[in-house]
Amino acid sequence: MASRKESSSAATTVMASTGGTLDSPVKQIQIEGLVVLKIIKHYQEEGQGSEVVQGVLLGLVVDDRLEITNCFPFPQHTEDDADFDEVQYQMEMMRSLRHVNIDHLHVGWYQSTYYGSFVSRALLDSQFSYQHAIEESVVLIYDPIKTAQGSLSLKAYRLTPKLMEICKEKDFTPEGLKKANIGFEHMFEEVPIVIKNSHLINVLMWDLEDKSTVADKHELLNLSSSNHLEKSLQLLMDRVDDMSQDIVKYNTYSRNLSKQQQQKHQYLQRRQQENAQRQSRGEPPLPEEDINKMFKPPQPPPRMDTLLIAGQINNYCQNVKEFTSQNLGKLFMAEALQGHN
Amino acid sequence: MSVYGPVVKIHPVVLASICDSYERRNEGASRVIGTLLGTCDKHSIEVTNCFSVPHNESEDEVAVDMEFAKNMYELHKRVSPTEVIIGWYATGFDITEHSVLIHEYYSREASNPIHLTVDSALQSGKMNIRAYVSAQMGVPGKTVGVMFTPLSVKYIYYDTERIGVDLLQRTRVTPSRTKGLTSDLSQVACSAARVQDMLATVLAYIEDVLSGKVTADNSVGRFLMDLVNKVPTIPPEDFENMLNSNINDLLMVTYLSNLTQAQIALNEKLVLL
Repeated sequence: MASRKESSSAATTVMASTGGTLDSPVKQIQIEGLVVLKIIKHYQEEGQGSEVVQGVLLGLVVDDRLEITNCFPFPQHTEDDADFDEVQYQMEMMRSLRHVNIDHLHVGWYQSTYYGSFVSRALLDSQFSYQHAIEESVVLIYDPIKTAQGSLSLKAYRLTPKLMEICKEKDFTPEGLKKANIGFEHMFEEVPIVIKNSHLINVLMWDLEDKSTVADKHELLNLSSSNHLEKSLQLLMDRVDDMSQDIVKYNTYSRNLSKQQQQKHQYLQRRQQENAQRQSRGEPPLPEEDINKMFKPPQPPPRMDTLLIAGQINNYCQNVKEFTSQNLGKLFMAEALQGHN
Repeated sequence: MSVYGPVVKIHPVVLASICDSYERRNEGASRVIGTLLGTCDKHSIEVTNCFSVPHNESEDEVAVDMEFAKNMYELHKRVSPTEVIIGWYATGFDITEHSVLIHEYYSREASNPIHLTVDSALQSGKMNIRAYVSAQMGVPGKTVGVMFTPLSVKYIYYDTERIGVDLLQRTRVTPSRTKGLTSDLSQVACSAARVQDMLATVLAYIEDVLSGKVTADNSVGRFLMDLVNKVPTIPPEDFENMLNSNINDLLMVTYLSNLTQAQIALNEKLVLL
C-alpha cells in the first residue's frame, strides 16, 4: 500500500510538470471511472473487426478542469445514409439522457487507435470543428492493444492555438506555416488525465474485489515483446516511406522553383543586353514583357500532410521507446531471477 | 443453497452505471429502475449494458416511462445489434409489490426476464447485488402468485476491463479519490511490487508451516513446487546469450527511433529555413 501511494504521488508530480506548459483553458481532465469502463467495453464488443470506434463525451467544465462524467458510443458507418442518422442519433441520445439527469453537454469525443496511429487528416478536421464550436473540447485516444499489455492507455489531446489559426485560414503552403512557426511538436498538446470516482463507486470497487477471484492479470510482466515490436516497426517504416516521398516532392518543387528563378534572371539579363545593344544602334528598346506570365511559378505543395506524417512518426517513436524501456526493465528482472538458481 | 436457473454474469460497467444513475436520481425518488441489456444462452445470461428509465413511484401506484425505454433500446441497438433486453434492475434492498408489476411488463419484452437488485443505499452495510427470476406459485385453480427465486451471480471481465478496474480500484487509496495515469517504468515497478507482496505472503505461510503453527496442506505444497520449478534452469552461458541478444534488439530499436526523431526534427528545421 505504501509503495502505491509513493508511486501515485510521483506520478502526479510528473503530470504536473508536463501540464505546466499549457496555455489553454483546460489544464487537467478529470474522468469518472464509469467513462473508462464504457470506452473499454465499447471497443471490446464492437471494435474487433474495423479500425476505429468512436463516441461522444459528456460532462462539464469547472474552473480549469474538464470533467467528463458520461459518454455514449456512435454506431459504425455501415449504411450510406449514415450522416443524417448520426446527427439525429446524437440529438435523441442527448435528449433521453437529459431525462435521467445525466450531463448532456458535449465536451469532446473519443476514438480508439491501432498501435498508436491516429494522427490523420480526419482526426484533425473533426477536432478542429469540435474545438471551434466548443472551446474546451478534447479528443480521448484509447489504445486497446497497449492496454491489453497491462496498463490503461488513455490520452487526451487538443489542438494548439497556433494550429487552430492555421486551420481557420486553410493556408497550408510552406510560407504560411513558416509564418506561424509550427513544427510537428506544436500540433497537438496533451492534457493530463486524472481518474476520479465517487464514494459509491468506491464502495462498489471494494465489493468487487471481495467477490472476484485473485486472478490478477500479470500481462505487464510478460517477456514476449517481438510481436508488438514487429508491428510497430512495420507501421513506422510505412510512415517513413510516405515521408520520404513527400520530401522528394518538396525537393523537386524547390528545385523547379530555383531553376525557374535562374531562367527568369537569365531572361532579364538577355533583355537588358539586347536593350543596351539596341540603344547603341539607335533603335527603340524592346517592350518589357510580363515576366510572370511567361514563367509561371510552380504550385507549392501543401505542407499539412507532411506535418501530420511527422507528428505520427514522432508518436510511433515515443511508443516504441516506452515499450523498449519497459522490456529492458523486465529483462533485467528475469536476469536477477535466474541469478539465484 | 442450490439455485435453479441460469448463472448471471455481470460486467462491472453495468454496476458502475447503476450506481451512477442512483446518484443522479430525482429529488424524492427513493430508488431508480432501468433496463438490462445483454446476451443469453442456455446456461448463463451475460449482462453487458444497461440504461436507466425514469419512473414515478408512490404508495399505491407506479408509472414507468415505457416510451422512453423503447426509444433508448432502439438507439442502443444501433450501436450494438447483438444486445437484447434481458431484464431490469432496481436499486434498493427489497422487492416490493410494484416490482411485480414492472416485472410483468418486462416479461412482455423478453422471454424470461431477470431482475437485479443493487442495494446502493447500503441498508445492510454491504452493496448486496442479487439477481432473481420469477416463477409462478400457488395452488392450481386458485389465485396464482409470483415468487422471485434467486440466481447465482458472477462477475466477469474482459481482459482490458480487468486492467481498467484495477486502475479504478487504486482511487480508493488516495484521500482525494483521484489518480493520475502512471507511465513507463513505474508501471513495471508497480507490478513487480505486487508480485513481491504475494511472495512475502507465501513466505510467511511457509515459515508458519515450518515452525508448526499451521498444519501443512499438501495441495498448497504442490503449488509451491510448481512455482519454484517454473523458473527454468538454463545453463548460464545460454542464458547470457539470450539475454544479451534480447537487450541488443531493444537497444537497436531505441537507437533507430531516436534517429528517426532526430531526422524529422532536422527536416522540419530545413523546411522552415
